[in-house]
Amino acid sequence: MSITDVPAGPNAFDRFFQQLGTGQILLAVALVLYPFLVSPFFAFQIGGQILILGMIALSLMMLAGYGGMVSLAQLTLAGIASYSVAIFGTNSVGLMGFGWPWWIVVPFSILIAALVAVLIGLISVRTSGIYTIMITLAIGTAFFYFATQNHSLFNGFAGYRGIDAPTVFGVYWRDPIPFYYLCLAVAVVAYGLVLYCARSSFGLALQATRDNPRRMRAIGYNVTAVKVFAYFLSGLIAGTAGVLYAWFNGRISPGTISVGEIIGVLVIAVIGGLRHPIGPFLGALVYVLMKTFAIDLIGAERFNTLIGLVFLVIVFISPDGILGLWEKLKPHLAPTSLRSS
Amino acid sequence: MSIAGTSKDEGLTAKQAWGLVGLLAVAVLLWLFLAVWPDELVAAVGPKKVFVNAVFNGVTVAGLYFLVASGFTLVFGLMRNVNLAHGSLYLLGAYIGYSAANWTGYWLLGIAAGMLSMAVAGVLLQYFVFRKLEGDDLRQTLVTIGISIVAADLMLAIWGGNTYQFIIPDWLEGAVATPIITAVKSSGETVYMNYPFYRLMVFVAAVVIGVALWLLLNKTKIGMMIRAGVDDRAMLSASGVNVQLIFTAVFAIGAGLAGFAGVVGGSVLSVAPGEDVRYLLASLVVVIVGGMGSVSGAAIGALLVGLAEQIGLVYFPTYGVVLTFVIMVVVLAIRPQGLMGAAR
Amino acid sequence: MMEIESKLGGTNMSLQRKAIMALTLATAFVAPTLAMAEGTIKIGTLATLEGPFTVLGQDGMRGVELAIKEHNGMAGGMKIEIVKGSTDASPDSAVKAARKLVEQDGVQLVVGPLSGDEGLAVKDYAKTKPNITFVNGTSGAQDLTLRDPAANYFRFNTDGAQWMAGLGDYAYNVKGYKKVATVAEDYSFPYSQVFGFMAGFCKAGGHVPSKSWVPIGNKDFSSVIAALPDDVDAIYVALGGADASNFLSQYQQAGGKAHLIGGTITVDQTVLGSEGKSKDVVIGTPSAGPVADNNDSPAWAKFAADYKAAFKDGFPAPSLFAHGYYVNTKALLLALDQVKGDVSGDQSKLRDALSKLSFDTPTGKVSLDKNRNAIADIYLSEVAKGADGKLYNKVVKTIPQVNETLGQDEAAFLKLGVANKDNPDCK
Repeated sequence: MSITDVPAGPNAFDRFFQQLGTGQILLAVALVLYPFLVSPFFAFQIGGQILILGMIALSLMMLAGYGGMVSLAQLTLAGIASYSVAIFGTNSVGLMGFGWPWWIVVPFSILIAALVAVLIGLISVRTSGIYTIMITLAIGTAFFYFATQNHSLFNGFAGYRGIDAPTVFGVYWRDPIPFYYLCLAVAVVAYGLVLYCARSSFGLALQATRDNPRRMRAIGYNVTAVKVFAYFLSGLIAGTAGVLYAWFNGRISPGTISVGEIIGVLVIAVIGGLRHPIGPFLGALVYVLMKTFAIDLIGAERFNTLIGLVFLVIVFISPDGILGLWEKLKPHLAPTSLRSS
Repeated sequence: MSIAGTSKDEGLTAKQAWGLVGLLAVAVLLWLFLAVWPDELVAAVGPKKVFVNAVFNGVTVAGLYFLVASGFTLVFGLMRNVNLAHGSLYLLGAYIGYSAANWTGYWLLGIAAGMLSMAVAGVLLQYFVFRKLEGDDLRQTLVTIGISIVAADLMLAIWGGNTYQFIIPDWLEGAVATPIITAVKSSGETVYMNYPFYRLMVFVAAVVIGVALWLLLNKTKIGMMIRAGVDDRAMLSASGVNVQLIFTAVFAIGAGLAGFAGVVGGSVLSVAPGEDVRYLLASLVVVIVGGMGSVSGAAIGALLVGLAEQIGLVYFPTYGVVLTFVIMVVVLAIRPQGLMGAAR
Repeated sequence: MMEIESKLGGTNMSLQRKAIMALTLATAFVAPTLAMAEGTIKIGTLATLEGPFTVLGQDGMRGVELAIKEHNGMAGGMKIEIVKGSTDASPDSAVKAARKLVEQDGVQLVVGPLSGDEGLAVKDYAKTKPNITFVNGTSGAQDLTLRDPAANYFRFNTDGAQWMAGLGDYAYNVKGYKKVATVAEDYSFPYSQVFGFMAGFCKAGGHVPSKSWVPIGNKDFSSVIAALPDDVDAIYVALGGADASNFLSQYQQAGGKAHLIGGTITVDQTVLGSEGKSKDVVIGTPSAGPVADNNDSPAWAKFAADYKAAFKDGFPAPSLFAHGYYVNTKALLLALDQVKGDVSGDQSKLRDALSKLSFDTPTGKVSLDKNRNAIADIYLSEVAKGADGKLYNKVVKTIPQVNETLGQDEAAFLKLGVANKDNPDCK
């Protein structure tokens, strides 16, 4: 070892563990133990739904938060992946259902969703702000109507039934506990991917493109390529969520990707906050709990009012959703001298 | 041929060529409408009555879409506010108009009630909600989404899920004969097409209001201020105009138009939950295609959307409904500012 | 507004702390409410209590409540507790609501859902819960029981095709319509209605030269009306609710001259009851279905009277939704009486009792076939104006005890294929 050698600093792995605080470890433990603490209904129906919807909203958050592109077509991408699972896998409707094995169907469906995302990206890349919202909403609505009317490929309003999860390594992955862990694992990977991307050179380029596309072009970046690649990544995440969603529901129909549901994903992302990848999952938590239990609280009829009011209140008080609320509350909670940053 | 004449022999200019195409198209359309169709054409396309009816329906429903979308485009053009609660204004105006008409027995009172109540709602919305969110486009859009969700549910609670049909006055009822021949019977007698009078009146109302809006925007001082605000809001404020007052006035007009359209549209297409989403989506497409902030654009967009919808319904029933959104996507992808919008 | 928090450490920790708090809150909802009072049976109901079909779902719930009221809130010696589930007519929401009822609220029996596609989705779910018994609401999809039925799913109301029994024959032979065009919405329930009508009409010798399938949600039928062939004797309209109202009023506005034949929900009370000038064009329209407004049987009269007395905010007469839910709930309660409230284990005793059940309803006797589908009477009616000026459906004929294959041979009926846009065909 010569004098000029610099002592090796902590590598990425070590740095990651250094940054882990007790809070994060507690959360990880809670998430892992969750299905054993609650009923199967909560593990599967609530937990699974939160993770899946959270992932779809995560793909929206990535595009909107880091890229400045609010795309309402994310649920549509998930729906395309779900339809792909029904068409290329097995279903009980007697239409399509090529019966390919799951280890072909799953990557294939995710890839289809990502490719469609690239297509949507290419169409939308020239728009910005409100126009992006509208063009992606139009694409989502057009696909919804197309799926409702087309009977040869999408089986119309009824959609596909009887989509089943595979049994791998002797585990039936649609049982509540395995399914929860599957969703958790995938969600953690997606979360990590988005977090990593944000700090990677691609992510920084994306954020710079959001802030000043002209400058990026001037220094030689292909702004279109950066944006379209972001769409591709979001398509991967949404597509994976779509495959899980198909297994979760056991079915896919236009009702899953209707305009109301599309707006629901936007509500989730906004309620949670578009600043950090944990936001969409927080938003999904609030949304799913309210949607499932509103019927017990104020009767089935008026839960839309409840959700709408919560959404309005959050947008008014805190434009960054729950995360923004938390930021505002934080200074009042911890004593100044004990705060670490 | 003299030297001076040769330079003109390069052929038609682009403008002349388009002009000729336009004339040709008008001539073909006139012939299609007024002449009796030969059997080959009927075999290929279907009966003339169907075609003419589809076109008439498309134009009249375009009138309705124009009424709804004109308010939407004004609000967006001036205030950059994508009011996604615009459909809710339409439906609420229809419900209030229905209740008023039902209670008093006068349909015209229903129209007045629908229009005025929505104008008031517009003023309230602008004053209490949107003024506070000035400048934050995304947040404004989100707030309007939230309002539309809550409004739709409350309307369902108050008026229920029933479908309401207006009772229109007798002088608007029935079908009138048009000078368009649909068939020639074997006896040589010509059969003229009948068309519902009410729909023609809807179209006339849309034209009247369109002209009135144009006059307002182009011939009055307020209109000048509105147009200036659409182009450059900061300048307008800098020149000493009370911008908030203008905004409130425009929102009132836009919302009032939506309420008016609610009663008028509800009389032919009934009032039921779900109409708010339908007219919101239609307004979005119309305004995108026509150009944000442009009333003439809204007219063109409405024509395109109305015709596409009706012709699609008859000739391509399975996928006609997708056509409107495909048009929107194509326009947004190629010319995002719309056909008549200013380049951004 | 979109700044990304780039600080490491501290901020992230607080975020996770917030997430833990939220999770703990969620965990407070842990145990499903399996604990119930001694001697109570929980019945979950699925009805469309959201969205545009709310008014139908509400009437269905009235049917449920009426049946329970008649039984004095008890069955088989146990108290009956209703847990309401709400759907918006989409199959997804039906499955979600069913899951919540069964897995979270711990119901032992389920009544519902309302619409055809919802029923198919719930049937699939029922197959995964073999120890819970499901009884239909008013879902009218043929394939709920005709193809691939579930052993724990019982339908005491007739399906959409059965509702059309006798109408085709009546239209051809009695009304003298030889050529009919159809207008219907593009999804499964209208398919089965058109199927049921054409099965009888084509067999009698009629022709259907044109079938118009309108996209769901379309409100403007004027172009469709103009495109109808001029030389048909009648138009068979299988639209419902708002669409039916719109079609009728637009048909009247366009000065339509052809006669009309109505599907089951085209001229039911929800449509006849709405105001407007469409009334005139509808008088004399024949239709068929499981109920008829002026059924003069004493059982129906009592049912209608009870309905009117119990529900001041209901329709002038119970709709087929109230009737369907009523019959299904009553069947469940009667079976519970027979097994003395035993819903333990795999509920096989209850299932047995349900399969063999046959009782009198306000619309005649009902019993089940081997697929657990109802065999019941169907009413042929024509719209008439009552003494009070209101429109109602006047019974002209009762088709007794119609079964799933409409009286035809089962193999031949199944060979007709699944009802869809192109099937059946008799140009």
